Amino acid sequence: MHSKTITEILVPFPRDEPSALIPVLQAVQSEYGYLSENNIYAISDHLNVPSSKIYGVTTFYAQFRLKPLGRHVINLCQGTACHVKGSEKLIPVFEQELKCKAGETTKDGKFTFNLVACLGACALSPVVNIDSDFYGNIKIADIKKILRKYD
Amino acid sequence: MKKYEIEIIVCCSTGCISLGGQEIYDELVRCIKEYNLDTNVKVKPTGCHGFCQTGPRLLINPEGVLYVYLKKSDVKTIVEQHLIGGKIVEKLTYKDPVTKKTVQKRDDINFYKHQVSITTNNCGKINPEDINDYLAVGGYESLKKVLTMEPEQVIQEIKTSRLRGKGGAGFPTGLKWSFLAQETSTPKYLICNGDEGDPGAFMDRTIMESDPQSIVEGMIIGAYATGATSGFVYVRAEKPLAASRIAIAIEQARKHGYLGSNILNSGLNFDIQVRKGAGAFVCGEETALMSSILGNRGSPRPRPPYPAKSGLWGKPTNINNVKTWATIPKIIDMSAENYAKIGTADSSGTAILCLSGNINNAGLIEIPMGTTIRTVVYDIGGGCPNGKKFKAIQIGGPSGGCIPEQYLDVKMIDTQIDFKSITTLGAIMGSGGLIVLDESTCLVDMAHYFIKFTQNESCGKCVPCRIGTRKMLHILDKIIMGQGSYEDLDELESLAYTIKNASLCGLGQTAPNPIISTLKYFRDEYEAHIKGICPALVCKNLITYHISAEMCVGCGICAKNCSVNAITGELKKTFQIDTNLCIKCGLCFSACPKNAIYKKTGGK
Ligand SMILES: Cc1cc2nc3c(=O)[nH]c(=O)nc-3n(C[C@H](O)[C@H](O)[C@H](O)COP(=O)(O)O)c2cc1C
Ligand code: SF4
Ligand code: SF4
Ligand code: FES
Ligand code: FES
Repeated sequence: MHSKTITEILVPFPRDEPSALIPVLQAVQSEYGYLSENNIYAISDHLNVPSSKIYGVTTFYAQFRLKPLGRHVINLCQGTACHVKGSEKLIPVFEQELKCKAGETTKDGKFTFNLVACLGACALSPVVNIDSDFYGNIKIADIKKILRKYD
Repeated sequence: MKKYEIEIIVCCSTGCISLGGQEIYDELVRCIKEYNLDTNVKVKPTGCHGFCQTGPRLLINPEGVLYVYLKKSDVKTIVEQHLIGGKIVEKLTYKDPVTKKTVQKRDDINFYKHQVSITTNNCGKINPEDINDYLAVGGYESLKKVLTMEPEQVIQEIKTSRLRGKGGAGFPTGLKWSFLAQETSTPKYLICNGDEGDPGAFMDRTIMESDPQSIVEGMIIGAYATGATSGFVYVRAEKPLAASRIAIAIEQARKHGYLGSNILNSGLNFDIQVRKGAGAFVCGEETALMSSILGNRGSPRPRPPYPAKSGLWGKPTNINNVKTWATIPKIIDMSAENYAKIGTADSSGTAILCLSGNINNAGLIEIPMGTTIRTVVYDIGGGCPNGKKFKAIQIGGPSGGCIPEQYLDVKMIDTQIDFKSITTLGAIMGSGGLIVLDESTCLVDMAHYFIKFTQNESCGKCVPCRIGTRKMLHILDKIIMGQGSYEDLDELESLAYTIKNASLCGLGQTAPNPIISTLKYFRDEYEAHIKGICPALVCKNLITYHISAEMCVGCGICAKNCSVNAITGELKKTFQIDTNLCIKCGLCFSACPKNAIYKKTGGK
């Protein structure tokens, strides 16, 4: 279960301070993995920001999720350097291994599979990151082995 | 401080860690203990050494011997043979992919030979999580020097250095600071732009991970010069190591009295906070970034007013790139005159670039402004791997363009990567991502890739960018499917100029650059696509996969990899691909151990 309640997360942030919105959303998401409707109302109340505006902000930034994530999040880089090194070809391999499409979560809730633009390790393209682990120079044959490390 | 005879430097930056660098570091620490070498040998974790491609790696100083591509088991070998036995482990040293010779010492490697280190001088040398290491290499001496000067003198010094902002637009930094200094309204803010959303660029991330104190020191100097009292470092949440190291650096600087009130008893008050960006390319644009710091959607607004007049909370604000801030202490240290001597008459100092794509030596480099692209690609980068032919170099990411070979070889043999000559060439240097493309890249596919990116990242505020990039993408979709026409090329060109001229912010104004440059230099590839041919065999709709009867050994590996069962055959006999079922995923092509699978285009 979650170690902190929504109120506990919000307490350190000043009340009625709209500029704290993004850090607050990041803090809530890092605890719960996503931003639930109830939590958005709680944030709205704490910072005095309308929930419609919060919705606008969450949909603008790639980082925020309104749906729960899998236990592990896979980010497969599709940045320029990785594209040039054939990262597009890795998409079907992941999809086949995970039995879910890019942007989705596996049925068992184990993995969410995302495509992102540049993880900042372009010298080692193609690159994939799972939670906080980075893997560089990945080849098709490595993918199974990498995925097996997570449970 | 205790002096060690030997210092072993292990890169613990994102690149090397992704290849297992942490394991190497841990194993080395363990082995040094096991063999009781710890009184004599110090192991130091550092940031990036630039040549990330060769990671994980370790450097033995003062000898300067470099070991590359390490595996955990190699560490023990190095400890036993090199540290104890006194013999260099030849097989773990670097082998030049071009000359095929082994090079034992870091400084003799071609990748490093043509570089100068100014902005990145501490990267890979100091422990980025320990301010004492920074202080030991002269950190915060520049700040102390600055505090003995008048603020106007500091600005004059930056003007004399002719430093230009390294975030892409190349605006003179001294001049920008003078705008903020003139403002009377308070409080004033400083921002360090570490968004770095250009896919294919990692200079800023690397500096934040490897030498964060230089950025902090640069910002404090900026605060003194301009009267700012509060600063923000904006860094993407996707770059967690950079964000955490800059936060550690700020905290340590505060503990040592370099941040907070009455800094070093000078009366200067200044502090810095970290703001994590949430992943939107447009947030690198200064007005969008400020909107994001205030908790809003990152939408740009028209300028003027410029940030110096109206920035965060409507107050005077100055925004500079990570590399710009990190260069400030170095300029003060080496003197503005000496910095200005490096580079060309128009662009002083150095360019910090990252080299990736189809290149032998990929990594982060720092070169004097005015170095030729040829030097970068061939002397530093070692050319394209696997004997493939160089085709183009993509400079400046989604806002930049593709520069063809003729500008390396003939006319532009001294094409300079400085702001002026790149602009006349039709590509802006941008923030410094360089991606080398070999003959197996399709330039139409690249143009499509970039427009898809900018279309997706357009904030949607203004029509030319929002609708225009959609239209361009639609035309390119048709072209890569072989359904384009010559009229489409004309329309693409005219759209490109309309979007360039009519968009509100730099994203829209530069989004057409990849189209303009590829249409200019690689029009024949567009025309081939119209005829149904993708010469580089990349665009899915224009290629088909086949199995060569001569080369196929009938192992059946291809068939196992095909998710749609398009491959049939009997073991030990030639397999076949049903081109009607094939979805062109390319898995069989990569999987075949005999390279028996080949691609055809245009029915040929
Ligand atoms: C779409 C867009 C993206 C940008 N991204 C960045 C970025 O990631 N980092 C950066 O420093 N500047 C970026 N810029 C430029 C900034 O607006 C600004 O010019 C720069 O941060 C100023 O710093 P400098 O003077 O030190 O170069 C971007 C501009 C545009 C139009
Ligand atoms: S040019 Fe594009 S990104 Fe910039 S304001 Fe207009 S729509 Fe937004
Ligand atoms: S390219 Fe993909 S779909 Fe086509 S035959 Fe090969 S594995 Fe099957
Ligand atoms: S392009 Fe993939 S890590 Fe940068
Ligand atoms: S990350 Fe290790 S050398 Fe760049």
